[in-house]
Amino acid sequence: MAEIKNYTMNFGPQHPAAHGVLRLVLELDGEVIERADPHIGLLHRATEKLAEHKTFLQAVPYMDRLDYVSMMLNEHAYVMAVEKLAGIDVPIRAQYIRVMFDEITRVLNHLLWLGASALDIGAMSPMFYTFRDREELLDAYEAVSGARMHAAYYRPGGVYRDLPDSMPQYQASKIHNAAAVKKMNENRQGSLLDYMEDFTNRFPKCVDEYETLLTDNRIWKQRTVGIGVVSPERAMALGFTGPMLRGSGVVWDLRKKQPYEVYDRIDFDIPVGVEGDCYDRYLVRVEEMRQSNRIIKQCIDWLRKNPGPVMSDNLKYAPPGRESMKQNMEELIHHFKLFSEGFHVPAGEVYSAVEHAKGEFGIYMVSDGANKPYRMKIRAAGFAHLSSLDEMVRGHMLADLVAIIGTQDIVFGEIDR
Amino acid sequence: MATDLNILSSNINEAFSGKVVSLEERLGELTLVVNARDMLPVLLRLRDDADLRFEELIDVCGMDYSAYGSESCEDGKYLPDAPREGSRFAAVYHLLSITHNIRLRVRVFAVDDEMPILDSVTAIWPVANWFEREAFDLYGIIFVGHPDLRRILTDYGFVGNPFRKDFPLSGTVEMRYDAVQRRVIYEPVSIEPREITPRSVREENYGRS
Repeated sequence: MAEIKNYTMNFGPQHPAAHGVLRLVLELDGEVIERADPHIGLLHRATEKLAEHKTFLQAVPYMDRLDYVSMMLNEHAYVMAVEKLAGIDVPIRAQYIRVMFDEITRVLNHLLWLGASALDIGAMSPMFYTFRDREELLDAYEAVSGARMHAAYYRPGGVYRDLPDSMPQYQASKIHNAAAVKKMNENRQGSLLDYMEDFTNRFPKCVDEYETLLTDNRIWKQRTVGIGVVSPERAMALGFTGPMLRGSGVVWDLRKKQPYEVYDRIDFDIPVGVEGDCYDRYLVRVEEMRQSNRIIKQCIDWLRKNPGPVMSDNLKYAPPGRESMKQNMEELIHHFKLFSEGFHVPAGEVYSAVEHAKGEFGIYMVSDGANKPYRMKIRAAGFAHLSSLDEMVRGHMLADLVAIIGTQDIVFGEIDR
Repeated sequence: MATDLNILSSNINEAFSGKVVSLEERLGELTLVVNARDMLPVLLRLRDDADLRFEELIDVCGMDYSAYGSESCEDGKYLPDAPREGSRFAAVYHLLSITHNIRLRVRVFAVDDEMPILDSVTAIWPVANWFEREAFDLYGIIFVGHPDLRRILTDYGFVGNPFRKDFPLSGTVEMRYDAVQRRVIYEPVSIEPREITPRSVREENYGRS
């Protein structure tokens, strides 16, 4: 009889299902995975070290580039760490804006996840549907911050500016004539809040569409039900957070359990899985999108009724308005100091965590009283999730590996940092 | 939350009498410092004791305290300050109890500055595997009992521990494709280190009037 040997295979780093630059060394017995050794770090940019050499304000844009599909959530953990350490009060309106954009970002993230992981498993259409709707949310990003993705909108002390009163309009061109442009601009006639309200009214229907494509789809269920099962005890031991933990049936969400900003004033539910397989995690994420939609609606209502400042008036940390800066010596000095030397944060250490779309995203910040952090550690949810990949894929077929990478919602920006 | 922290700190003092080097509450967070030789029994009890029950290890963070409180000049190097007391390297563990909905930070200093050694907690929380590999990679902290202590984030064949405070921000080598040798080669860095905004430490209470 011929001798049968295990086969070692290299998966990635350039593979469409590797969600970026994941390199896996797989030991296979036929088509069954015996061992998976993820090699990460191909996107390592030493963000934490760079932040040690930048002032507290200069490090905000680095946060967008960590998990580059949920940009503002990363910023949120960072600005919260600075605010906690320095004792900055954030105006209530800014907190509502942050919550609203956190949830927009969560929807953005889950839409990309849904499209990409369905594509990995072989379903082409969900990608087109989710990207159609992602586009509208990215327009909201652009309207508020000027950038479609890397917004740098949250700042220590509040947000960069108030929500705009008008939306940018499409212009007629060779491709779109005046009539077509008029139709495209229909939902852009009012303010950003009107635009978002229109979106939240339509969005539940869109989620129904994705569910029509997948939830009862026989192929989708064959590929996800019973794949990558993790028990609740094991999920906690493996450091799972977010949808990965909830998919295993553990009721844990920082927005409910350790509420930050104004989440304690908002009404929403936390979906929890039962089996702990890929299918349950899919259902949890889909339901999270519906809940996010509810949160956005409540924020829109509140923001319409309550105008006010969106930035702290503590000039030691927050920049003064342009007009007062040009008229008053004191404001001019503050502005100069803030954007040259930067502000100083009292010595101490703090850990601030947000319920990121992928799990718990935390910033551990150590300051020694200087204008730069002494040490900033980024706790990325994906890092802990990917480290469990070996355990999750053992005994599964090679094709299930792709489903499991998909369900972990891996983004290399935050894992490699 | 504050009362929870008081209960937790009295529970910790009770459970680990004699092993607590310091237990401090600041900004609503509790920090426990233990000696390296006591760390494994303390952390194991933190996970298993019914009053503590920290089921999740959220993060392990390597620390290099060698430049704490010192300023920097234009090339980005730290100016030597008064010599520091205490050890240079530490690992900071962030624990989360899902049962009691509470967090705890545990700091363990490595005794030897030249060869920082700590015990691995992978047997207590499997998630520590990669976090410890990261601290080993970036700071050179050795975790005894780790099943597979390899570099994780840096390049294959990387030399040095990049997050140590004496490692330059621009690194030591750069790579490019060499057309003659027809392969990628490594060379010493050609860029000059610079620091646009120097690091400065102000007196106590600066900007807090």
